[in-house]
Amino acid sequence: MTTKLFGERVQRREDARLITGQGRFLDDLGANALAAAFVRSPHAHARIRDVDVSAALDVEGLVAIYTWEDLPGLLAEPLPLLIPHPALTHGRTGHALARDVVRHVGEPVVMVVAADRYVAEDACSLIEVDYEILKPVVGVEEAAEAVNLVHADVPGNVGAHLVQEVPSPEGLSAREAIEAAPHTLAFRLDIERSASMPLEGKGVYARWDADDQSLRVYSSTQTSTSVRMAVAAKLGLPLPKVEVIAPDVGGGFGVKIVHPWPEEILVPWAARLLDREVKWTEDRREHFISSAHERAQVHHVRVGFDDDGRVLGLDVNILHDHGAYTPYGIIVPIITSTQLVGPYKIGAYRVEFSSIYTNTVQVTPYRGAGRPQGVFCMERTMDRIAAHLGRDRTEVRAANFIQPGEFPYDQGMTFQDGRPLIYDSGDYPESLRMLKELIGWDSFPAMKAEAAAEGRAIGIGVGCYVEGTGVGPYEGGHVQITSDGRVHVSTGLTSQGQGHETVFAQIAATELGVPIEKVSVVTGDTRRFGYAVGTFASRAAVMSGNAIALACRKVRDKALKVAADALEADPRDLEITDGVVHVAGTPSASIPLATVAVLSNPLRYAFDKETQRATQFAGPQDDDRPPVADGEEPGMEGKDYYSPVRSTFASGMHAAIVETDPLTAEIKILRYVVVHDCGKLINPMIVEGQIHGGVGQGVGGALYEKMVYDEHGQLLNASFMDFLMPYATEVPRIETAHLETPSPLNPLGVKGAGEAGVIPVSAVIAAAIEDAEGITIDRMPISPSDLYSLRAETRLRKTQ
Amino acid sequence: MKPSPFDYHRPAGLGEALQTLAETGSHGKVLAGGQSLIPLLNMRLAAPGHLVDINGLTELATISADASGVRVGALARHAAVERAGSARAVQPLLAQALALVAHPVIRNRGTVVGSLVHADPSAEMPAVLALLGGSVRLARLGGERDVHARDFFVGPLESACLPGEMAVSAFFPALPERSGTAFCEVARRHGDYAVAGVAAAVTLDEDFRITAARVACVSVGPVPVVVDVTGVCGPRPPASVDWDEVARAVQDRIEPEDDIHATAGYRRHLTGVLVTRALRGAAQDAAQSTAHDAGEGRA
Repeated sequence: MTTKLFGERVQRREDARLITGQGRFLDDLGANALAAAFVRSPHAHARIRDVDVSAALDVEGLVAIYTWEDLPGLLAEPLPLLIPHPALTHGRTGHALARDVVRHVGEPVVMVVAADRYVAEDACSLIEVDYEILKPVVGVEEAAEAVNLVHADVPGNVGAHLVQEVPSPEGLSAREAIEAAPHTLAFRLDIERSASMPLEGKGVYARWDADDQSLRVYSSTQTSTSVRMAVAAKLGLPLPKVEVIAPDVGGGFGVKIVHPWPEEILVPWAARLLDREVKWTEDRREHFISSAHERAQVHHVRVGFDDDGRVLGLDVNILHDHGAYTPYGIIVPIITSTQLVGPYKIGAYRVEFSSIYTNTVQVTPYRGAGRPQGVFCMERTMDRIAAHLGRDRTEVRAANFIQPGEFPYDQGMTFQDGRPLIYDSGDYPESLRMLKELIGWDSFPAMKAEAAAEGRAIGIGVGCYVEGTGVGPYEGGHVQITSDGRVHVSTGLTSQGQGHETVFAQIAATELGVPIEKVSVVTGDTRRFGYAVGTFASRAAVMSGNAIALACRKVRDKALKVAADALEADPRDLEITDGVVHVAGTPSASIPLATVAVLSNPLRYAFDKETQRATQFAGPQDDDRPPVADGEEPGMEGKDYYSPVRSTFASGMHAAIVETDPLTAEIKILRYVVVHDCGKLINPMIVEGQIHGGVGQGVGGALYEKMVYDEHGQLLNASFMDFLMPYATEVPRIETAHLETPSPLNPLGVKGAGEAGVIPVSAVIAAAIEDAEGITIDRMPISPSDLYSLRAETRLRKTQ
Repeated sequence: MKPSPFDYHRPAGLGEALQTLAETGSHGKVLAGGQSLIPLLNMRLAAPGHLVDINGLTELATISADASGVRVGALARHAAVERAGSARAVQPLLAQALALVAHPVIRNRGTVVGSLVHADPSAEMPAVLALLGGSVRLARLGGERDVHARDFFVGPLESACLPGEMAVSAFFPALPERSGTAFCEVARRHGDYAVAGVAAAVTLDEDFRITAARVACVSVGPVPVVVDVTGVCGPRPPASVDWDEVARAVQDRIEPEDDIHATAGYRRHLTGVLVTRALRGAAQDAAQSTAHDAGEGRA
């Protein structure tokens, strides 16, 4: 039997549990806990004059009501600004409960704790908040005009402003290069708001142990270790007295990396204060109006290029709608700015963004995290250049590609991790070749003509992207082999359904030479691993995967050393197969890892037959050496960390064929093709699953999803009735092909894959619709009604 | 998202249900499939003081069909009506429309009569009842009345069902011989409420000329908009009808509005497209049944 599992299509080990209702999500815990509910602002911008709770006090089952004035010490301070940046000159965060001004519909104002959620909501409905309505600021361009201010002390509503300039090799600035270019184009591109929208919303459940003076918190989070630090700090508790556990988490997609959410510190605080278990489970409406959104940006693009379509200069100005607060800094517009250039060598590049406050839900990263917008800009630009020159769209892209021999390739900018934007590896021409072959790019014109003859309109589009993945600073892994031969793996980062239990077990099983059935994996539990960053930025496989591999290698070395002593062999002659250490070529000279684990821990007490072999009176020993040698530790365990110098850059290219109905303007995706390069594949099936989910969300962003705010700052579609996410019936079959250019930056040669699927979809679908319709598409998403209006405008322009 | 407090009643018989509804008056609300009511309660958009759960009244889970039409009881689920062969034989439009109602899990629970009483102008079943000129039977303590579809739909989410009354059944009349039906709609996603939708019924004469043609349009007015287009269509064979003129005749009668999913202009355009599709489909259906009848006649 082989134990080489790295790279195999191993079935997901977590699925049996998750699909048979055995998963333990936040709301499955704490059945007897008190319930928290919140009174949230119904206004986009208002001053709180008074909070009158008197009517709620008679509600049977009410336990406590809290407003900002009740919060002690650090709890009353603004929430942390997690990622400061010199360009974020006017960063602002909200309070756990609103202090005097509310700045978006949904901002928490009062917390109610009661016997159950029904009673808590009854009490909420009886609390009267007296608001003085202030003028709301809605829409990023309106906000930039700064007629009204979101924060009285932030002039112009500008939270941050950043310019990055990369001169051409000849030393020209982008604007000079554009002026000097044979061809120039200028246009505007828009992307609307969407959101992570995980199936499970946020949630927190806290238990205070008065005897032990310790706190256990369960949170549906993407970072349990950081929630732990935030809770300990805000509540003034010693870190070792706080445990935070992420149970099964029903999706995150970025929104759950933000921390601490108001509820994440208020619920533990109330649990300690009341000495009762308290739980809060976010409902869907709360998730729409009280968590985070993303994507909305306006882009003004100017480009200069030569006769072959090579980009000589590119100048992009971005208006980023940040919502009411900036708890996660300016990561999103930084990623748009830097990842916009994709797989291309841009002659000279200038990118400027202004991050603007509006009285809407705050903006933090959502899967793709600014890349879908950047790729939309770059790929729409490539298509415009091709149209202007009358050239094939893939030729223009190929003319701009970084070539395989040019890695590492320095784009001359600073990436989101604060490190230089240097691509480690890739093969873009090969990727494009594979994509064109898979979709049948060269034969498409004939197919299109054939369809046209039948009165059908079809079009094809293509989009390329590069994704910085596996950002630092570090992750760790701990591996222990116990005397029953089982392997226990833990890492601090969390899981939201990606398949970590499977891929980390594959890595451990491969590194240690044990059957995968012997390996168990725990993630996101601070009792098992205290130091971690979190699950975001397509980093789990790169960061924890490599850390676990390195920890396994330590354990393996130790196991071979112990086994070598027992077998009186040279460790260099030993191999591990199927959980048994043996001399290469001599299978009879062997010892099971279970026994090696026993021998690694010299015992005083024998508690079973197996451990008798490890007691101090058991076998021969050297009387001049201590039972645990200098520099050694008892037990068969090891811990290691992986900390990369910088991110590793995955890439991919998508193509789609769409059909548009000439009468109803319905848009149908006929084919969707993905060529994907995330370096060495740990589990191709799981990578494909990640791509499928990502493309599904991308289809949502391209054709369905938008947050519709009215001029008062009310979110008009805050439910699944009107915020349209694609069903399985709206997501096409996705055809995938893999290219593997290993990363030279990490031992496993892997790159991240979590976000890839979503990134180019809007660009690809827009291009395909444009090809089918002959109408310029410059804003996404696009609905049949939008397409109908575009057709009418185009007809009108032609007749004028 | 938890409902306001309410008293829960689970009557054992229709009499008890009507008694409770009489006692609770405007504070009482009937719970059948709950596919619209439960979300309204949870979002606290509706807060009735009394909920009368009729799911125990299995005597209302009836579907009976005869030559005159199909009568559907208050507890007949969408899925049961969709699958009932007798109903399909007498009035095929029921199954044609029900296939477009939401998703299977919703149809397993939701009821046809509940959908009528909910009176959503975007829903399919009100349009079917309106197109066919059906009626709803409203019972109250000590009496009942039948209300014609044209009087039953009063406004968006507003029906003629009064406090103390309960819709116990609905009647969907059969169409004359040589008739056909169709339901065409465009929804943003599979199973969503339609952006626009058209139910059509067409009757042909023995020479395959249109002698009656009617449409009911959804999502383009406060109630289903029924337009009789017999005058524009007939008496002509479908192939010589000016369908654009028919579409315009309907477009003149509808009152679409802008919302977040579509502009009024698009809805108007789409309704025109769907009117043509639905009427042609219905005419084809009628022609097939006419040919079928003729074939049977010869045999």
